[in-house]
Amino acid sequence: MTKKMLLGAAAATGLMAGAASAATLDDVKERGTLNCGVSTGLVGFSAPDASGTWEGFDVALCRAIAAAVLGDASAVEFVPLTGKTRFTALASGEIDVLSRNTTWTFSRDNDLKFEFAGVNYYDGQGFIVPRDLGVTSAKDLDGATVCVQTGTTTELNLADFFRKNNISYEPVPIETNGEAQQQYLAGACDAYTTDASGLAATRATFEDPSAHVILPEIISKEPLGPLVRHGDSEWGDIVRWTLNALIAAEELGVTSANVADMASSAGDSPEINRLLGTEGNLGEMIGLDANWAVNAIAAGGNYGELFAKNIGEETPIGLSRGLNAQWTDGGLMYSPPFR
Amino acid sequence: MASIPDQDHSGFRPSMLLNDRRYRGLTYQFIALIVIIFLMAWLGMNLVSNLAAAGLNFSYSFLGDPAGYDINQALIEYDSQSSHLRAAIVGLLNTLLVAIMGCITATVIGVTAGVLRLSKNWLVARLMSLYVEAFRNVPVLIWILMIGTIVQLGPSPRVYLGEEPERGLIFGLFAFTNRGITSPAPIWEAGSVWVVVALVASIVAAWAYMRFRKKALFSSGTLYPAWPVLPILVVPAVAFYFILGQPIGLNMPDTLANRFNLSGGFEIQRPLIALWLALSVYTGAFIAENVRAGILAVSKGQTEAAASLGLRPRRIMNLVILPQALRVIIPPLISQYLNLTKNSSLAIAVGYADITATLGGITLNQTGRAIESILLLMLFYLVISLSISAAMNVYNASVALKER
Repeated sequence: MTKKMLLGAAAATGLMAGAASAATLDDVKERGTLNCGVSTGLVGFSAPDASGTWEGFDVALCRAIAAAVLGDASAVEFVPLTGKTRFTALASGEIDVLSRNTTWTFSRDNDLKFEFAGVNYYDGQGFIVPRDLGVTSAKDLDGATVCVQTGTTTELNLADFFRKNNISYEPVPIETNGEAQQQYLAGACDAYTTDASGLAATRATFEDPSAHVILPEIISKEPLGPLVRHGDSEWGDIVRWTLNALIAAEELGVTSANVADMASSAGDSPEINRLLGTEGNLGEMIGLDANWAVNAIAAGGNYGELFAKNIGEETPIGLSRGLNAQWTDGGLMYSPPFR
Repeated sequence: MASIPDQDHSGFRPSMLLNDRRYRGLTYQFIALIVIIFLMAWLGMNLVSNLAAAGLNFSYSFLGDPAGYDINQALIEYDSQSSHLRAAIVGLLNTLLVAIMGCITATVIGVTAGVLRLSKNWLVARLMSLYVEAFRNVPVLIWILMIGTIVQLGPSPRVYLGEEPERGLIFGLFAFTNRGITSPAPIWEAGSVWVVVALVASIVAAWAYMRFRKKALFSSGTLYPAWPVLPILVVPAVAFYFILGQPIGLNMPDTLANRFNLSGGFEIQRPLIALWLALSVYTGAFIAENVRAGILAVSKGQTEAAASLGLRPRRIMNLVILPQALRVIIPPLISQYLNLTKNSSLAIAVGYADITATLGGITLNQTGRAIESILLLMLFYLVISLSISAAMNVYNASVALKER
């Protein structure tokens, strides 16, 4: 771990000359694969399945980008990263895009010199506790021992929350979600805190999920999204508009089932036509093939399909759309127009 | 008449830098030095220019900013509003704490195991071989995780809590839980300082008595008893404690303060226990081998000579073998201490907040100042290691063979 970090740090400063070159798109095309940073295993968002294939909500975004750029949704090299290693990996050029439930904050955007391409999940930080503790509110946690992943915004929110409410706690810093889960179940801490979506995903893997409750308080805003390095706006645009294409596709009713059909010839809706490349030259403007969005949508489906398939109410994780519904349904998902 | 040219003793000509074997070495060293300087300068320039190209400025001003995170075990006052520098110092002190505790126990374990491995008792010797081979052939991280899991097997602290707890405190004083050990903490009231002074003075007195006893034995052969050490140590401090009206109270673990953990008292947390035990037994295995090597290096004739003088086996070990073996043991022992200190950087595996976890982990991540943090971290470890080395070298010089 430390070695990797050091390597990352060394590369970040360019001791290896030319590690982070500007034209990421050219690099990706030349390489033939997209290097995508994901978590070390958070079921529903990014985790390898039984046969070792990465799947999940964040993984699907990587696949959509690879499909848009390379025309092949499987041309992705997944790089599992901890909360600690993710930023050095991105800064050093080890990965092209980081899609690892990462919170968009001011300092990460400006001080760390990254560019957030949008939000693919509006989240907030919560707490999970064993049901038999009888805790009903996070404010009852005075004196509790709390497990928290290090190197995350979670850690800072936790300190702020307890300070603001003038109650005390003992933090137990932990590297990965998997270890945190193990420590929590072993009783090394009374509560585990992370993004509410992560709590739901983690609880889904417990032997008896009903023995644990997620407390009602959401103590922070956590807009999660993909990010890229500063200094390559073209690449940032590709990631941003791939995400927007998935969101717009849901709004416009384009799904993985009907996208091929709709893209075969121009239809009645001008915006769908432009999105799918049967009208106008949006693909050329962004530096990709005309059918880039078709490939991205065909890779796994539109935003709604990805949500339902990976983390939606039908899955063990069972998250409702909530804030992540389309703006037309009272949510925050809103793609700028394709024109 | 052919003249024989005089040998040139005085003159030094520049061409000799290439031709003369006496000076050629200097030329090569000089060239190597220039190359190294250029290489370092090139790397440095590369660092600076690439940092500038990435729009990052090299600065340590982040150390003054509030850290924003909490640390579970701090030897000095710390909260989330303290600076990153203070967080680093908290981590540094935690590193030193576990390193010092680890070095002491590793030495005790190592010396015991090393001596016992040479025992004539078959079972004891084999058991010690088993310990050494098992511990030094498995990576230390595995042991840390393993022991971290083992010390987690205690009951939840909740069994001690409430008006009618499932379990009472052990002797009404201690609690062993899966989060650590809680014991009463002393409360220092007015006058308590004199009790401490008395205790320190009696420790000095006890040491002086042992020295006197040894001197008497060596000079005149009179053997004074060892038992007076105990009253010398205990009586004055206890007397002062009662004369001054019991100035040291006890802060008992409070089982009613909240519903999650014991509060008050003195708590040694699970991460520290796990890391300390793991580093001690792991490094102890290496030290055991050093001790065994040192003892075997003392010639057998020494043992036989001592035996023929009528010394008993324990005396032979303590007075003849070990003092000579120390000369062989100390130098590799230094590197074991350094290893232990550096291995403590694996602390985060069990959630212990050492300097790698605070400065090199959380601070690095929250500020994104990777280069600055890593450089500072390297500097801290370098200073710690060099200090240990220096201290041990002084000790080594004191036990080294003095040739007169």
